Amino acid sequence: MAENKVKKVTVNTTINGQEMDILIDPYVSLLETLREVVGITGTKEGCNDGNCGACTVNLDGRIVDSCLVLGVEAEGKNIETVEGMASPDGLHPLQQAFLEEAALQCGICTPGFLVSAKALLDNEPDPSEERIRHWLAGNLCRCTGYDKIVKAVTKASKESK
Amino acid sequence: MVSTPENKNYKVIGTRPIRHDGYDKVTGRAQYGADIKLPGMLIGAVARSPYAHAKIKSIDTSEAEKMDGVFAVMTAKDLPRLGDIVRGNSEESGSERHLSENVMAFEKVLYKGHVVAGVAAKDQNTAFEAVKKIKVDYEVLKPVINVDQAMAKDASILHEDYLGDHLGKKVKNTNIAAHVRHESGNIDDGFEKADLVIEKEVDMQTVHQGYLEPHTGTAVWDEEDRVKIWTSTQGSFAVRDSVSKVLDLDVSRIKVTPMEIGGGFGGKIPIYLEPISAVLSKKTRRPVKTVMSRTDVFDASGPGPGGKVKVKIGIDSEGKILAAYADIRLEAGAYPEAFIEAAAKCVFSCYDVPSMKIDAYDVVVNKPSSAPYRAPASPQVAFATETVVDEICNIKGYDPIDFRLKNVAEKGTRTALGPKYRTIGLKECLEAAKDSDHWKSDLDSNPKSGKKRGRGIASGYWFNIGFKSSVNLSLNPDGKVALTEGSTDIGGSRASIAMQAAEVLGIPAEDVRPSVVDTDSIGITDVTGGSRTTYATGYAAYNAAHKLIEQIIEKSALKWDISKDQIEYSDGVVKSKTDSELKMTLKEIADDPPGGPIVSSASVDLEEAGGGFAVHIADLEIDEETGKTDVVNYTAIQDVGKAIHPSYVEGQMQGGAAQGIGWALNEEYFMSDDGIMLNSSYLDYRMPTSLDLPMINTIMIEVPSEEHPYGVRGVGEPPIVPPVPAIGNAINDALGLRLLNTPMKPSRITEALKRKK
Amino acid sequence: MHPFNYYAPETVNEAIEILNKYGDKAKCLAGGTDVLVQARGEKFELDAIVDIKKIPQLTKLEWTDSHLIVGAATPCHVLYEDSKVCEVFPGIVDSAFLIGGIQIQSRASLGGNLCNASPSADAICSLIVHEVICEIAGPKGTREIPVEDMCTGPGKNALTNGEFLVSLKIPLKNSEFSASYERFIPRNEMDIAVAAVASSIELSNGKVSSCRVALAAVGPTPIFAKEASELLVGKEPTDENIRKVSEKAKDIASPIADMRGTIEHRKDLIEVLTRRTIEKALERAGG
Repeated sequence: MAENKVKKVTVNTTINGQEMDILIDPYVSLLETLREVVGITGTKEGCNDGNCGACTVNLDGRIVDSCLVLGVEAEGKNIETVEGMASPDGLHPLQQAFLEEAALQCGICTPGFLVSAKALLDNEPDPSEERIRHWLAGNLCRCTGYDKIVKAVTKASKESK
Repeated sequence: MVSTPENKNYKVIGTRPIRHDGYDKVTGRAQYGADIKLPGMLIGAVARSPYAHAKIKSIDTSEAEKMDGVFAVMTAKDLPRLGDIVRGNSEESGSERHLSENVMAFEKVLYKGHVVAGVAAKDQNTAFEAVKKIKVDYEVLKPVINVDQAMAKDASILHEDYLGDHLGKKVKNTNIAAHVRHESGNIDDGFEKADLVIEKEVDMQTVHQGYLEPHTGTAVWDEEDRVKIWTSTQGSFAVRDSVSKVLDLDVSRIKVTPMEIGGGFGGKIPIYLEPISAVLSKKTRRPVKTVMSRTDVFDASGPGPGGKVKVKIGIDSEGKILAAYADIRLEAGAYPEAFIEAAAKCVFSCYDVPSMKIDAYDVVVNKPSSAPYRAPASPQVAFATETVVDEICNIKGYDPIDFRLKNVAEKGTRTALGPKYRTIGLKECLEAAKDSDHWKSDLDSNPKSGKKRGRGIASGYWFNIGFKSSVNLSLNPDGKVALTEGSTDIGGSRASIAMQAAEVLGIPAEDVRPSVVDTDSIGITDVTGGSRTTYATGYAAYNAAHKLIEQIIEKSALKWDISKDQIEYSDGVVKSKTDSELKMTLKEIADDPPGGPIVSSASVDLEEAGGGFAVHIADLEIDEETGKTDVVNYTAIQDVGKAIHPSYVEGQMQGGAAQGIGWALNEEYFMSDDGIMLNSSYLDYRMPTSLDLPMINTIMIEVPSEEHPYGVRGVGEPPIVPPVPAIGNAINDALGLRLLNTPMKPSRITEALKRKK
Repeated sequence: MHPFNYYAPETVNEAIEILNKYGDKAKCLAGGTDVLVQARGEKFELDAIVDIKKIPQLTKLEWTDSHLIVGAATPCHVLYEDSKVCEVFPGIVDSAFLIGGIQIQSRASLGGNLCNASPSADAICSLIVHEVICEIAGPKGTREIPVEDMCTGPGKNALTNGEFLVSLKIPLKNSEFSASYERFIPRNEMDIAVAAVASSIELSNGKVSSCRVALAAVGPTPIFAKEASELLVGKEPTDENIRKVSEKAKDIASPIADMRGTIEHRKDLIEVLTRRTIEKALERAGG
């Protein structure tokens, strides 16, 4: 295997409202960048190939699988992770609803679901059950069977009004 | 210890407080196995066999060792060679040498993905590149990938030195690790007298628990030969025990700190990476973290056994079961233990069967070594039994619930392994099913869309193991209680354990703060599995809370200088029975108590509890042209004993049903003839998404168990048992054909429809 | 994974220069939902990845008098969130809406799906039945090829050294044209097609003046089922006539058996999906 000289790259990006410069290899994913370089581990790795949604983040207003985005692509962009959802005033209504509705069991998929659901409610304040299920189909949960997750999202949508 | 369930209006039990670890989990603060970072940490990676069955002729790690950024390399030569002492580990048992060899192969690889070597490097990419440089010379052998191949006359043998136990006889050169038999009565007689005898054989492929979090193992091996381990596991003490054996170190040299765990369902009971990280840490004097990829998880962790189950049932002219026979053959994977005793216990568990005979075979095959998967072996045998029962009902025109009620297992019914049932709730579940909105609703058998609908019902069972748990309580100066326990929390159990202590103490659930602690900080606690946690650790919490009250009374007696039997405690207040001036809140007694702080400790080693039964109803809609099957209505009914936190009990019922539905419709290990799993990703190992399931209705029946003061029964495992047969029966109802293989995927449906024509 | 460099050129020519320099050691990055998985899975060894999303032509959605021009890296969601695209080209939107889930659709593009050239790709059949033209740029200049010539084998496309796909030109049709794409998957989302069909129909005086049927996942590349398509031209779209097309499509299909499907099931599905997509296309065309 021929050696390919690859240098680290500086990336200027905004994560959960905080602007920062980070130094990363150009070939690492945004997921790895967040977890290992920025040091926030709320976003999880479930499969590393875009099939489970555990790594979902919000990139410039759209939810993406961060395992399939390069860290360098964060340049000049706004990224929101689960860590950015609560504020000093309290939890986001979705987070509160997830707790009240017991929409998590082991909790590993929860950050991905929260980020995905927030993107839905930000644009569609009153989604039907079908729409919620369709929107969340890219997020796998093995513990809950999705019932309580769907109910929590519906509850949060009503509370946000 | 109280032996009869307390029956009163509970203050905390049955409420739905927010779980104590919830805030950390919805904010991303909770630390799971892969989240740990230690100063100077190196990343471990492993080399895995590309072959399902091969001898290792040599391993050359020299090039990997020379790589820049690689700090250490290891092979099985770096692990002590162990003997064959059988050890029990709650839901896991087996030989020590097999335990070690599954972690890292010594002379033979027995499944694709079997670990052969490990490296520790400065970062993940370097570690992966180093692994690629490890050269292994294999002599490839023929694999056996299912029970038929493994049991055939000239089958390739996995363990040349292993003695199989066939009905007590030791047998060499066999892939049948064990053959057990249970019988009672006279089945030949029973079948002869029978009015109708139905026999069916089901053939099921391996499935995976599918937890979203891959396995991890982080370790520090220090200068004193003490090892610290951080891992996501269902049993910190099981990890400590297993690692002590694999590394030949005393248990007290090992401290296991459980991280939060991202799902287990039984699959996180065995160890995989922990000893590897430990040895690499020993060699580098640095912390080492090793993580599995998703493919590794499928290839090389512990899936649930596939296999074949044949069930034969004979009934009399009144519809009473006279005799039943089962032949159960389950794939243990590379090393023995396919849960065949559990299979035997469960196969006829829902019925009163006067004569039965069960032959069960534990068969090794060239697949990863099976681990428990939520009621291990019960779904497999239920598929066979519930299909036969459904067929009997079809042929005779019996109502499926009435037939089950007529033959129902209840208190006093003799079980397959001998003991009689104590108080159980199957009858109540069946009656609730009959009375449910779902069962009473119309099916709409010819919907406009041109698709066909069908309804199926099935029952299932899982017992609850007991075993050991320990809990410590400490009364804080503000009157709230700290609870420490060792049951890792995969589904909200720390809340239900805290709630049981809170109930005893008569204080709100949020005033008991539970922590899941490491193996140095709590007494021995067996795995979170076998549906034992709320039952056994809850019972320990219950006892510890009573002891805390004793302490409170004792110290109040000292403080007031009166005798103990003049003092009573309830609902956070301790007071004199005779002098109304003498009373204190918990906060007040906690303020400088005479003789020392108020603490208590309790441990239990419980016998098996009453067991849980589940009855599920499934409505399907099937497109006959394509075989596409959708679940349009689903109800899970279960005897939960006493729902400590009803939301989490419902969650277990829904989650188990979802896994069973995936198992029934789409999940399988799609194997090549060479024993390679071709669909080792979430793309092609098809678990249900939110768009694939309807709302899962839950009906909780509470028939308290006799073995726990609140009547708790384990609830986690029964719900995965009925879905596969309920769906098979629904397909039969819709299309008039029976599928006897899982998954009941679209191509099998269209094929079967063609054959029918 | 072999370490690679990252480039984000802002013009077509810059991109050509980089791609030409690295040859087969460089690949374009649009949504990344195929290429990053493959790079990690060691399908190939890259020295460079060329992010084409900063080139304006690559992410545009432009209506001209004769075409809708979709940049090769335009994400799927842009298409299905545009009401005019949904109205005029529902068949294309069918595909865009089916590739992966919401997260994938935020990034994945029809152009990327096409260049990835998987036999079971979700975009390619729709593009074929819409007679889409590929605009390609390379060291020797730009060229155009019909989309059905793009896939040359499983995972192989017609691009040569230094070339990359710039945009897709979708010809505008009259109002009696429409199309539909349907794929069969065992779950309801997130699966690769077991079999899939796109059909387009153009009507004239109650008869079919043009019909195109394309099949996915039943051959080494997506198949333009010309012989089947021709059976309906000039005819009335009766059930019997449609059935002739679907039976012929089933004949043309040459699937293999793999972990996603059996040969028999795939052939059956082709017949069913051809029928259903023609019926849907007719319904959309107002027939």
